[in-house]
Amino acid sequence: MTGTAKRARARRLVLHLVCLAVGALIVVPVWFGVLGGFKDNGQLSTNPLGWPDPWVPGNYTGILTTGVFWRQLGNSVLIAVSGTLLMVGAAALAAFVFARFAFRGRETLFTLFAVGLMFPFAVAILPLFVLLRGMGLLDNPLGVILPQAAFGLPITIIILRQFFRTIPGEVEEAAILDGCTPFGFFWRVLLPMARPALATVSVLAIVTSWNNFMLPLVVFTDQSWWTLPVGVQAFQGQYADDTARVLAYVVLSMLPALGFYAIAERQLVGGLAGSVKG
Amino acid sequence: MTTLQTPTTPAAAGPATTGRRGRRPRPGRRGTLVAFLTPALALFLLLVIAPIVVASYASLYKWNGFGLPENFVGLDNYTRAFADPTFRGDLWRALVLIVLSLVIQLPAALGLAMLLNQPLRGRSVYRLVFFAPYVLSEVTTAVLFTLVFSPNRGLGGTISRWLGADAGAVFADPDTVLFAVFLVVSWKYFGLYMILFLAARQGIPKELSEAATTDGAGAWQTFRYVTLPLLGPTIRISVFLSVIGTIQLFDMVWVLTGGGPIHASETMAVTMYQYGFRRFEVGYASAISIVMFALSLVFALFYQRVVLRRDTEGALTSQGVQR
Repeated sequence: MTGTAKRARARRLVLHLVCLAVGALIVVPVWFGVLGGFKDNGQLSTNPLGWPDPWVPGNYTGILTTGVFWRQLGNSVLIAVSGTLLMVGAAALAAFVFARFAFRGRETLFTLFAVGLMFPFAVAILPLFVLLRGMGLLDNPLGVILPQAAFGLPITIIILRQFFRTIPGEVEEAAILDGCTPFGFFWRVLLPMARPALATVSVLAIVTSWNNFMLPLVVFTDQSWWTLPVGVQAFQGQYADDTARVLAYVVLSMLPALGFYAIAERQLVGGLAGSVKG
Repeated sequence: MTTLQTPTTPAAAGPATTGRRGRRPRPGRRGTLVAFLTPALALFLLLVIAPIVVASYASLYKWNGFGLPENFVGLDNYTRAFADPTFRGDLWRALVLIVLSLVIQLPAALGLAMLLNQPLRGRSVYRLVFFAPYVLSEVTTAVLFTLVFSPNRGLGGTISRWLGADAGAVFADPDTVLFAVFLVVSWKYFGLYMILFLAARQGIPKELSEAATTDGAGAWQTFRYVTLPLLGPTIRISVFLSVIGTIQLFDMVWVLTGGGPIHASETMAVTMYQYGFRRFEVGYASAISIVMFALSLVFALFYQRVVLRRDTEGALTSQGVQR
């Protein structure tokens, strides 16, 4: 074996070791959680990292057989899905106008939306709470769905507008000649063509909604509306002494997000990279 | 969620739109425009713009959040904030977190991205794993790490034995807590920056680094003088995202430490939450919100003018980076 080949091999080995070390930093805490959920607290004290002995499925089954976890999961799904549909719908309509109509004030209006991207969510939360209370939307899923949609609009409009622009004007002319109304063109031609872009923005919106904590925290005092992040935090407070049970709850609440990641990783990565490139 | 769009670039007047339709007004066109824009505009004005306006108004009053604000105090809430050691500490801690991100988190993410750009067996698996924490919520991450570091039942004891130091106490010691929070934040977010750098790196044509090698450049020189400059736009955007994200950091801190011990890990958003939702000093909390807003805005405008000007017209986003 030549010296260069040997060196290349040594180099690859080092790179693998670095990757494995970083990977361990990611995996070990999660793995500790997964296994810890199968232990009792005594095992956790004496044997935090090893295999459970014996396996105690009670933490997981206990959570899965009471309604609270499923209720929170359902709330998270309801809010993520309906909020995303609303947001992507409204954003697509606006992006269509911004991409394909010329009118006075278009760029000003578009800049207004773009500037909205600079408003950190945490800045608006307090006045938002006051407004939502005034509108009677506390303890109402709309109190989370509508603001989330509003804050998701800017980035979605920007991504969709860029995509809509790439569709040639001839397509639109042909559709209009065939008697399409603007909405008909939008609905039957543009949206189907924009499916990849719509998937991307939807995945981003779902992840954002799924992980939102501050808004549901202040909007829902009624526990039956809690979403998973709020539920996890409350569960930790409630069972502070029962580490194993909290670990099981954390792990169960991670699963849907990781499952979604496994299916939608491509859209998520593409969307994040794409929205930065612009 | 934060994106920044260079306002009104020349290219923004789309080729597909100018002219043709404008010159040929059609009946009902105005109606179409209004109908298409209304849902987005209504949501946006009511739930994004109006809160900012309400907050700036409320910040001038001493107000408990109920009824209408009547006790006008001028800029007292602002002077109070800047005189308050906790809030001044928040500003300092934000600066510390930003510096830590810029000198540790982003370079580490850049290094890993370059690593995963190598022809390495299993690199797609590595990428998948490194990026996975990004999809976990900050709350889940924070609760998990609270338990991981728990001295009795977590890995705290094990880690302590490895390090020879008491790892379980990192969140309880005012001297270390901010760094501990930073590590957990980095655990969750470095994958995002890594993915961004990796995507940008893969967009650089192979010919460029090959040409540099042909000209006799070593690996480091190629990286320093070819790759790094070409990654410039992505690096600048990542810095932007990191700064804006740090200014509004809440979930992670709230769950990990609640801002304690003795305010040692408190952020502006946590202080705002304490006053706004716990003590019902809504006027004062609004002033803090407005300071956060002003900091983000000033930073964004400055950054866009000075740093991003030469980059593309593109949008930069922190979609889901916080929250």
